Amino acid sequence: MEYTNFNKNEEFFVDMQRCIGCKACEMACAECETNGQESMIHVNYVERATTIQTTVQVCMHCDDPVCAKVCPADAITKDEFGIVHTANTSRCIGCSNCVLACPFGVPKKMEQYDMMMKCNMCYDRTSIGKKPMCATVCPSSALFYGTREQMMEMRPNSTPVNKFIFGNETVTTKVNIMMPKGSTQLKVD
Amino acid sequence: MAKLPVPVEKIVEDFGPHLNYAPKDGYAGRDEPDKVVETHCCFCGMQCGIKLLVKDDKVVGFDPWMEFPFNEGRLCPKGVQRYLQNNHPDRILSPLKRVEGKGFEKISWDEAMDKTVSEIKRIQTTYGNDAFSMLSGVSLTNEKSYLVGKFARVALKTKNLDYNGRLCMVSAGAGNKKAFGLDRASNNYSDLEYAEVIIVAGANISETFPTLTHWIWKARDRGAKLIVIDPRIIPLARTADIHLDVKPGTDSVLYGAMLKYLADHDMLDQEFINEHTSGFEATLDAVKDYTLEWAEEITGIQKEKIKAAAELWGKAKTSFLLHARGIEHHSKGVDNVLGCINLVLATGRLGKPYCGYATITGQGNGQGGREHGHKCDQLPGNRDIENPEHRKYISEVWGINEKDMPGKGLSAYEIIEAIHRGEIKGLISICFNPLVSLPNSNYVREALEKLEFYMCIDFFLNETARHADIIMAGSLQEEEEGTTTSAEGRVIRIRKAVNPPGDARTDTSIILEIAKRLGVEDKFSYESSEQIFNELRVASKGGTADYFGISYKKIEDNMGVFWPCPSDDHPGTPRLWEDRKFKTPDGKAHFNPAPYKLPGEVTDETYPIILTTGRVVSQYLSGTQTRRIGKLVDQYPEPLLEIHPEMAAQYGIQQNELIKVSTRRGEGIFPANIVETIRKDTVFIPYHWPGKKSANLLTPGTLDPISKIPEFKVCACKLEPLKEFAKPASETKAFASS
Repeated sequence: MEYTNFNKNEEFFVDMQRCIGCKACEMACAECETNGQESMIHVNYVERATTIQTTVQVCMHCDDPVCAKVCPADAITKDEFGIVHTANTSRCIGCSNCVLACPFGVPKKMEQYDMMMKCNMCYDRTSIGKKPMCATVCPSSALFYGTREQMMEMRPNSTPVNKFIFGNETVTTKVNIMMPKGSTQLKVD
Repeated sequence: MAKLPVPVEKIVEDFGPHLNYAPKDGYAGRDEPDKVVETHCCFCGMQCGIKLLVKDDKVVGFDPWMEFPFNEGRLCPKGVQRYLQNNHPDRILSPLKRVEGKGFEKISWDEAMDKTVSEIKRIQTTYGNDAFSMLSGVSLTNEKSYLVGKFARVALKTKNLDYNGRLCMVSAGAGNKKAFGLDRASNNYSDLEYAEVIIVAGANISETFPTLTHWIWKARDRGAKLIVIDPRIIPLARTADIHLDVKPGTDSVLYGAMLKYLADHDMLDQEFINEHTSGFEATLDAVKDYTLEWAEEITGIQKEKIKAAAELWGKAKTSFLLHARGIEHHSKGVDNVLGCINLVLATGRLGKPYCGYATITGQGNGQGGREHGHKCDQLPGNRDIENPEHRKYISEVWGINEKDMPGKGLSAYEIIEAIHRGEIKGLISICFNPLVSLPNSNYVREALEKLEFYMCIDFFLNETARHADIIMAGSLQEEEEGTTTSAEGRVIRIRKAVNPPGDARTDTSIILEIAKRLGVEDKFSYESSEQIFNELRVASKGGTADYFGISYKKIEDNMGVFWPCPSDDHPGTPRLWEDRKFKTPDGKAHFNPAPYKLPGEVTDETYPIILTTGRVVSQYLSGTQTRRIGKLVDQYPEPLLEIHPEMAAQYGIQQNELIKVSTRRGEGIFPANIVETIRKDTVFIPYHWPGKKSANLLTPGTLDPISKIPEFKVCACKLEPLKEFAKPASETKAFASS
């Protein structure tokens, strides 16, 4: 990597209970010059008929990213800071292996580009000490970017969790989900 | 003759709304802007700080402004997309005139001015000065608001000036003046942070003031309990500690029952009541029969929940009560506001850290605009146009004879009624789209068609402007210097980023030119917006909304200044009432009895269902700006009828089926959205859309007798499923509905 001011102590936190479904994050993400007006973060209703609750899904930046493992073209890479970088445009062959393999359902294949696109945690911003755009604009602070200490101080009733159990598989991630105080992991199935 | 000159479809084709999307790679020059302008969002009363990126005199993007203390970079989707109103293909680039059978054609500024001035003179000579009216709005800066107020009284010499704040903050303003003698949020939002209990009444904060959500959560992180009062489970209500699902139109019963409960259970701050308030006994007496059981019967809220809310509120040491249009858009909007204030005063939690009360002002400059300008009964500094001393002071500032100062005029909807009756013949509008935003839009349209002359100043050809004879191409917020006052009472700087495009002019220069041609140039010669502001400071001096000590420099140096700020060395007043010196004649805070009254229209056999209206997060007010921004339209493309599954089953209504909704005033067809997040006796439609998709085809022109706010939040309707499913929104094109 080139010269960088990436702050290794800062992490990404998602607090679903605060999501108000406004989509400011999607709008702001799409503004990034590399995203071509497509958002890499996605807000959806859980089940609008019964609740107003929305969820927000961003790339979790897995410690051992399965998307990179299954990529036949080595188009996805994890850097020294744990950021899983978006498909290398010259290598991506649009096979969708990553789309099928991701346990969180994050990568989206952009049909018009025949290419997978995903979040690189606003590397252009985070590498110069700024926060990712989605976590900057989020009006309810459902998305937060900062140190773990800051987060624990601000939100004493919640605990960040970055260990997810899918069946027999455990996935640890760079991105944290805020859970009830004392939680250590999230069992998905 | 103000009927449409050509079919509406032709006008839409020429002037929109069309949807503006950013280019895939963004606008050219975004990465190397000529300048980065620190200013504020043009939309709601939060007035979030934002940076606009400018290249070649065009706004090409935005950047979060991390240092502005209220929002620290946070924005809602409207704020993120606001820059797309600039560079928009629908922008009016020159003056236009109505040509029968052809539409709107470009004319010179001279012709537009000559025609306007000659029609003002003709109408006023024939019918009297007050037969010419003006409607304004509070997306305008303080400077423009002040200028419009002075222009109407001194240049137009009419009493009939009012503004779209009449649809927004007037119930809260009237209630606050009755109780405190002053109309401003008592606290800034940092007082939320350690409040133990927060009540949010009739305020869909997460959709209408999204960035305020952060401050509510800050308090909740410290253990605050949240009580949300709303007929729907709005996003904030979903996680609230208590959600009071009030039946529309019964709010005052809830507040009355809570007040009685506090009194019956020794939860009053008797010392505060005795020393700093008046009217408590009469106010309590008015609710002596408001038992929890009766409150449950009327409001539909389980009595256990009302009791739990009263217990929380009664026992708290610190608290903050917030309310907005949900309780204010009623024929008893002022009573509802007073009911809330009574709860605050009864517990004495005011004028101390983390003890707060505030209406959440809706429009961008809803606070400043209602203090200095264009309200029909008001003069700058929040002065009373019928008070002889106030008239005298402002007449001196303006250099006119006091007896030439017009008196109190009609309010916004009353102006429309007077046009309908034929008493008002002429209209100038700026920053107001009454055909979408006023109730009973069929009636409003009929009135517009009766005008002899109508001139509109705007940057886009809004739906009302289609009825105009002359259109003057005005300016966006980012095309002039100025100030606004946020919902917190913080006076902030709006900075000019770009010039008006084409042959468009600044709103200020247009108003000054008309004033000149009306022969009062000597009263309207300003070199800059700052000069107007400096005159406003003098005009506000000694009034309750005193800006005298606020300068552009002071605002810039301090990221805003809270009024009142009476002198140069005064730091401003972020928190009111710390001195317990209220601005009422007796210096005390006033309790006011707020007994329950029925809404203007109740359900019956013909119209058996309650209809309430409101907003969505991706649209703003009448949509003149936001219905032209592609992604905001895509997010929620057309108004849906929210209906509970039990009511849907009763009518055999299916998801996405088209439903004809009728009231005594009109009908509209909306797709059903069957959701459990609404009361079983109530349906909801958001109102931002025009034409056949307007919720205001249905709403009543019933006004609060004091504030004259229309009753948007409750009326009676009937439903008729059409056994046909809605077409895709991309085909319906509700954003441009005729």
